[in-house]
Amino acid sequence: MTMARAAASRRSFLGHSYNLVGVLASLVILAWTLVAVFAPYIIPHPIGDIVDDDYFGPMRQGLWLGSDYLGRDMLSRVLMGARYTVGISLAAVSIACFSGVVLGMIAAVTGGWLDTCLSRFLDAMNSIPSKLFGLVVVAAVGSSIPVLILTLAVIYIPGAYRFARALAVNINTMDFMTVARVRGESTAYLIGSEILPNIIRPVLADFGLRFVFIVLLLSGLSFLGLGLQPPLADWGALVRENIGGLPFAAPAVIVPSLAIASLTISVNLLIDNLPQKIRDRDA
Amino acid sequence: MTNLVEIRNLRIEATTDAGRLVEIIKGVSLDIADGEIVALIGESGSGKTTVALSLMGHARPGCRITGGEINVNGKNMAALSEKERAKLRGTNIAYVPQSAAASFNPSSTIMEQVIEVTRIHRLMPPEQARRRAVELFKALSLPDPEGIGARYPHQVSGGQLQRLSAAMALIGDPKLVIFDEPTTALDVTTQIDVLKAFKSVMKAGGIAGVYVSHDLAVVAQIADRIVVLKGGEVQETGKTAEILSAAKHPYTRELLAAFEPKARQTRTDAEAGPKPLLRIDNLTAGYGAVRADGLPLIRAVQSVSLVVEKGRNLGIIGESGCGKSTLARVIAGIHPAAAGDIVFDGKELERTARKRSQDQLREMQIVFQYADTALNPAKPIEDIISRPLAFYHRLDRQARSKRVDELLDMVRLPKALRYRHPAELSGGQKQRVNFARALAANPKLIICDEITSALDTVVASAVIELLKELQRELGLSYIFISHDLSVVEAICDEIMVMYNGERVEQITPDKVKAPTHPYSKLLFSSVPKLDPTWLDGLVRDPELVSQYGHR
Repeated sequence: MTMARAAASRRSFLGHSYNLVGVLASLVILAWTLVAVFAPYIIPHPIGDIVDDDYFGPMRQGLWLGSDYLGRDMLSRVLMGARYTVGISLAAVSIACFSGVVLGMIAAVTGGWLDTCLSRFLDAMNSIPSKLFGLVVVAAVGSSIPVLILTLAVIYIPGAYRFARALAVNINTMDFMTVARVRGESTAYLIGSEILPNIIRPVLADFGLRFVFIVLLLSGLSFLGLGLQPPLADWGALVRENIGGLPFAAPAVIVPSLAIASLTISVNLLIDNLPQKIRDRDA
Repeated sequence: MTNLVEIRNLRIEATTDAGRLVEIIKGVSLDIADGEIVALIGESGSGKTTVALSLMGHARPGCRITGGEINVNGKNMAALSEKERAKLRGTNIAYVPQSAAASFNPSSTIMEQVIEVTRIHRLMPPEQARRRAVELFKALSLPDPEGIGARYPHQVSGGQLQRLSAAMALIGDPKLVIFDEPTTALDVTTQIDVLKAFKSVMKAGGIAGVYVSHDLAVVAQIADRIVVLKGGEVQETGKTAEILSAAKHPYTRELLAAFEPKARQTRTDAEAGPKPLLRIDNLTAGYGAVRADGLPLIRAVQSVSLVVEKGRNLGIIGESGCGKSTLARVIAGIHPAAAGDIVFDGKELERTARKRSQDQLREMQIVFQYADTALNPAKPIEDIISRPLAFYHRLDRQARSKRVDELLDMVRLPKALRYRHPAELSGGQKQRVNFARALAANPKLIICDEITSALDTVVASAVIELLKELQRELGLSYIFISHDLSVVEAICDEIMVMYNGERVEQITPDKVKAPTHPYSKLLFSSVPKLDPTWLDGLVRDPELVSQYGHR
């Protein structure tokens, strides 16, 4: 019964079946991506200009999302903030997942002392609280976009490594890995051609999840004032700047929070509802 | 209502990924009388397990009973509610699964699990249930019937566990017991004990049974009647003796033919005398910490020597745990030997594959038992077969593509299969692809590790025929590892019997009838024969059994 219902709520397209939640989530993500790319061309006001006489102004015509604590246009600032939040997180998650997954697969395939050393080292990294680590790095070298990207990436490499290694270890015990080894294949071939295709789906899901973590951590750092420095502002920084608007129920503090929520929830929903390839033997 | 079980026009449907409905049981009707054991036999995918499970009103996830009646003891299981069915399960109908090891909970004692049924159905107080269980353990001739219940599942052997799961099924005094390939995973010497125990308990209690199996010889020992299934339809029904002696349906005949000893190819190429291709001297290998003498703690292979001659085949036979698979892995260099020499084609080989030259690796290929795990599920067949071509022979794309066609043709697979993924092939097809990949390397020696064990009888004998043919064409040598004597007999020129990591005896197939070593005698006499009286007439030397049997 449950099977039949699940089948009914899924539609198929180009040999993949997908469901409505997944489609909606990917539309939200697509919209934010477009905003991040084209933000400079679509913002109604420059982000630094004070356009409102009042601070924490309400939503009204011309200022669709109200104004912030200095009377700047909130819509423009949120749209530009998408750039930093999505861009920095994407760069960081790409570096983290690529390094983590490659190292994880190498450790699983090679085993022995390399595996032990890598695993212990990254476990040690993992044991450092992420916000404290960010705080120390920012205190030591100051905050800039490259430093933020690298710090976020380093914080999330151990997780990606553990995840990929755990998956790859299972694949590594399969007979086709033994066959490939006895054939004399190199490690590069083993990880790229035998293991990766078998773990790519969970790795992509993990990529999305880690992206969410990074968005939240970046927002957290910015909220603490350790992230992007003014006049640049990502969503986390926007929440912090406008926290004083909370007693006035100003849209300036609610909108960036909603932006963070919409992006992270959408990514999560997409991961849970990825399109599935239909392989039907007799069809 | 005269019969205990009357299935009428049973239909079961399954839903595929794409939401398509597939009819897997197409109108099956069968009867089982009180105290009668009926065997359901057929190849994998024939629907035999699906029919057996439907007797409990159960359909596996994704499947649905869509039509027909399943009357068991006067109740239509298909029409009952799930709650009412649950009441009947364990008390009226019981089930003995294929893998007892996977069906026991490793974290509670055997006794707790055996008497669980009586607790769920409130049949009797626990004390009485325990006494009843011990009686059953005795009836199933389990060792230490008083004490075995206190052990955990991992503390008893596979054969014992299988009998314990029968005790679990029988404790609720069912009228019908469903056996789902209960001896398939067991060694032949163990299988005999289990079969004998099942048979005597069922006869003593007058319990009716459904015995699902693909092994005609096993079924011949235990069943009163045989129902042959194929493609979800009953092909033939009859008394065991009738089916065995006068099968009418072509598929049944095919099944029987797979049992007949094949005429072995007689070797005429005595021209050049024996040329050893592979020689192994005093090979020792094992697992665990290396001790002072340089040998590992647990030795799976102990000082084994063997010779394989060019164009000839060596069979290695033995029960699970005798070290035959480890030997294959040692020869292939997957598991480095601790001591001993491997000489291949006149040159001494390094112990680990990593240090062997590419040509040495190419000339010796290994084919594994489970094609499911030996083929990368993420790659199409084409990529799987063409990798050795690119790796060893450096063929370009076009030449590779042509060669893949040739190889598929060699293993009798249609060319269109190359675009499929392994999951979209049948077991026999996968094993052929597995073999084609080994052939792609142009080897001189192929080590076949139980390659037919996971296949149905008919499919397995087709694969063996294919191997013989390829040997004639390509002049290959095989090392053929199996626990199935008939398979080894059919293809090998020499048979080596292994026990406990050591070589026990080496004989030629024509002398299989008269082995000299006591273990070989026990092993060879334990292979079931198609004769229904074989099991009852079998007399085994109790001393031999206690020495070599895994009870």
